[in-house]
Amino acid sequence: MSNVGIVIVSHSPLVAEGTADMVRQMVGNEVPLAWCGGNGHGGLGTSVEAIMAAIDRAWSEAGVAILVDLGGAETNSEMAVEMIGEPRAHRIVVCNAPIVEGAVMAATESSGGASLKEVVATAHELSPS
Amino acid sequence: MAASDFSHLIAAAADTIALHAEELTALDQAIGDGDHGLNMKRGFEAVRAETDAIAAKPLPDALKALGTKLVMTVGGASGPLFGTLFMTLGKELPPVPDRAALASALGKAIEAVSARGKSQPGQKTMLDVLQPVYEALAQGKTASEIVDAADHAAEATVPMKALRGRASFLGQRSIGHMDAGARSTALLVRAVAEAIEGS
Repeated sequence: MSNVGIVIVSHSPLVAEGTADMVRQMVGNEVPLAWCGGNGHGGLGTSVEAIMAAIDRAWSEAGVAILVDLGGAETNSEMAVEMIGEPRAHRIVVCNAPIVEGAVMAATESSGGASLKEVVATAHELSPS
Repeated sequence: MAASDFSHLIAAAADTIALHAEELTALDQAIGDGDHGLNMKRGFEAVRAETDAIAAKPLPDALKALGTKLVMTVGGASGPLFGTLFMTLGKELPPVPDRAALASALGKAIEAVSARGKSQPGQKTMLDVLQPVYEALAQGKTASEIVDAADHAAEATVPMKALRGRASFLGQRSIGHMDAGARSTALLVRAVAEAIEGS
């Protein structure tokens, strides 16, 4: 699929899955979508390994936009992108946007065939500058 | 550094984290999300389980492998932060470093952790311990002076207001508690310094 992929990373698997449900309802299967949440050991948190796997599942040649909740999710997502490395890393962006609204808006933009840059810009518009 | 020495360092680091895991969790419960001790223990036990494979590598590769293991197993923001610390030390250190090389590599590692966490010293984080340790190291202080500097620096995070991480959500209420990441950094500095001195 050539639409930009969306990855949702929350400290809570319930929040991540629920956000993904909302995205699916908006855009159906037009957009590659993956989520992960929890520390991988049954607790709240985020795991670099799980984020890397989610990026693989949502991978698109057009790139991947990642939506995160709290700071640790951002730090871990940035680490995951670095560990994935080039040539894919420059086509993966961790968005500065609220996770639920950002994921829905980014996915909607992506479903219309927008570029990674346009998808990320749409998500960023939701953040107070 | 011989493989046996690096094994000794891993054991010393994993032991001190395991011994203080409950204390670290209690510190984190006061102003964070309460998982720091458990997360760090999980990470260092995963490193301990691969001691032989890690210690068999040349020092730079051993440090990179240790850092990568922490990134993959700690399961919180501490994973990338402590992982970046060790991975950068591995990237910057020569196979047989002297003190100047160690100080220079630590300076680079502090920059990398600072970039990873988008943080600076003074914001109630592990950087508040790493920075004075770097300065003591660069100034030629003895191992016990460096350990003291680390302990004092961790204590000095108590009156600070958190500006980064989960504790920053608490604003003024973060004042009066030691930062858990600063404490675990000081514990690791002591473990490593004592292991090197004793070898």
